[in-house]
Amino acid sequence: MTTKQLTNSLYGWVDERLGLSEIAAFARLKRVPVHAQSFWYYWGGISLFLFLVQCFTGILLLVYYRPGAEAYESVRQITFVMHFGWLIRSAHSWSANLMLFAIFVHMFSVYFMKAYRSPREFGWFSGMALLAIATVFGFSGYLLPMDELSYFATKVGLEIPNAVPFIGPAIATMLRGGAEVTEFTVQRFFALHVVVLPALFLPLLGFHLWLVQKHGNALPPSEEAKHPSDRKSIAFMPGFLVKDLAMWLISLNVLALLASVFPWSLGKQFDALAPAPLGIHPEWYFMSPFEMLKILGTVLPGEMGEIAGLLLFTLGILLWLLIPFYDRNKESGRRARTAHYFGILAVILLLTTTALGYWTIRQ
Amino acid sequence: MSSHIALEESRHPVTEPAGETTSRRGFLIAAGAAGLCYVTALGYPVYRYLASPAEMASSASAVTEVTLKDAQKLPAGSVLMFKFGPSPAMLIHHADNTWVALTAVCTHLGCTVQYEPQLNRIHCACHGGVYDPRTGANVSGPPPKPLKLFKVAVTDTGVEVSRA
Repeated sequence: MTTKQLTNSLYGWVDERLGLSEIAAFARLKRVPVHAQSFWYYWGGISLFLFLVQCFTGILLLVYYRPGAEAYESVRQITFVMHFGWLIRSAHSWSANLMLFAIFVHMFSVYFMKAYRSPREFGWFSGMALLAIATVFGFSGYLLPMDELSYFATKVGLEIPNAVPFIGPAIATMLRGGAEVTEFTVQRFFALHVVVLPALFLPLLGFHLWLVQKHGNALPPSEEAKHPSDRKSIAFMPGFLVKDLAMWLISLNVLALLASVFPWSLGKQFDALAPAPLGIHPEWYFMSPFEMLKILGTVLPGEMGEIAGLLLFTLGILLWLLIPFYDRNKESGRRARTAHYFGILAVILLLTTTALGYWTIRQ
Repeated sequence: MSSHIALEESRHPVTEPAGETTSRRGFLIAAGAAGLCYVTALGYPVYRYLASPAEMASSASAVTEVTLKDAQKLPAGSVLMFKFGPSPAMLIHHADNTWVALTAVCTHLGCTVQYEPQLNRIHCACHGGVYDPRTGANVSGPPPKPLKLFKVAVTDTGVEVSRA
């Protein structure tokens, strides 16, 4: 038998059992629309790539990380003793931030392209759930080194569930594993970060990706309006896939550059009796809600402000989440315009409060 | 099933101009080289990172002498387990006041052995290997080689164990 015959018979054997040619046929038929906004199609893929980087670097960190009382010491070892440990930790931190950034870009592009409309509502919901889990990944991972900054960020961050009426304090105590942030907190945040959250995230991600395959890429309203024969598209295999992978390569290069040129720092070990360091602030992706709560706190002082803030947040997020039920129609009517303005308002609010947050820290 | 593999074949006509084939080959070689660079650039740090403890252990195994503080007070007929470099070792103070130090790693499959003074033997619980507690000689059971002896020097402040 020649090599080609051997390959063919091997392929036939596997195909008969796994149905590879059905997948191959699907992949060959799959097409991706080409238009002025096509660039935004890559951001879901970039988010996915950065998530894979998180899995890879996370597993590597897991090799030496020890939760509990030794947490800080083990991160110190990873950063300063193990060869290239600083680089792997830096890549994990940078990639986490880039991933959240990519998810935000992906979410807003989906929003403004109105890709949440029928039949893609579940794509929107699962995507929002993935974003929510990703922020909890960020919050729980931030504590793990147990340095000064992570200690205080967690202390402050847990005040948010604490402010929920009636059940809040119980939730916060449960998350902390006590009245204060201690090694018990790191231990349970670790369990959350490496077991619970991945167990929730991975099946949801699978569902999200399956939906993308099922429904294909959504067309923005400007393309919807065109006659089908006027729309352009390229084949997924190999045209779009190659471009997608090129984006992954660019992401990898950006990540490698950031992680090696700006290595992630490790602060002093936390000290439960030391005062909070100056200029302490949440991660950028929590800055906007942090600042909004602060502003509301000055307008409505005391408990009233806290409760009003939480209510307002819940309402805003609920509206954002339920947008597919409000803005349903393909035609760009009044509701479509309202949804568009709501989106612009959300972007402006996020950007200004984030900028304001950083500006007040500088003061 | 295999139809589209055959299709791949017919997609490259034999009449293809020679220049195009060489440029394609050049591209593939360049892409392969770039890919190899990436794999190396990513693989090297990961390998060194994972190998860190092994490297530290090999520098620890370069140890030639260990001083066991206050070990001269070890009662006769008893044993002290200690680490010689990265591996376990044992210091035996025999009833006749002689001192013996040997590696405590069974030469059969690497279990840690134990000294049994009442039976006057060193025993490995994993597969029943037996060694002589004075010479380290493999007496019975599966061990293929004797346990290595160290040099022992007893002083007023401790016991110095060094490679023989």
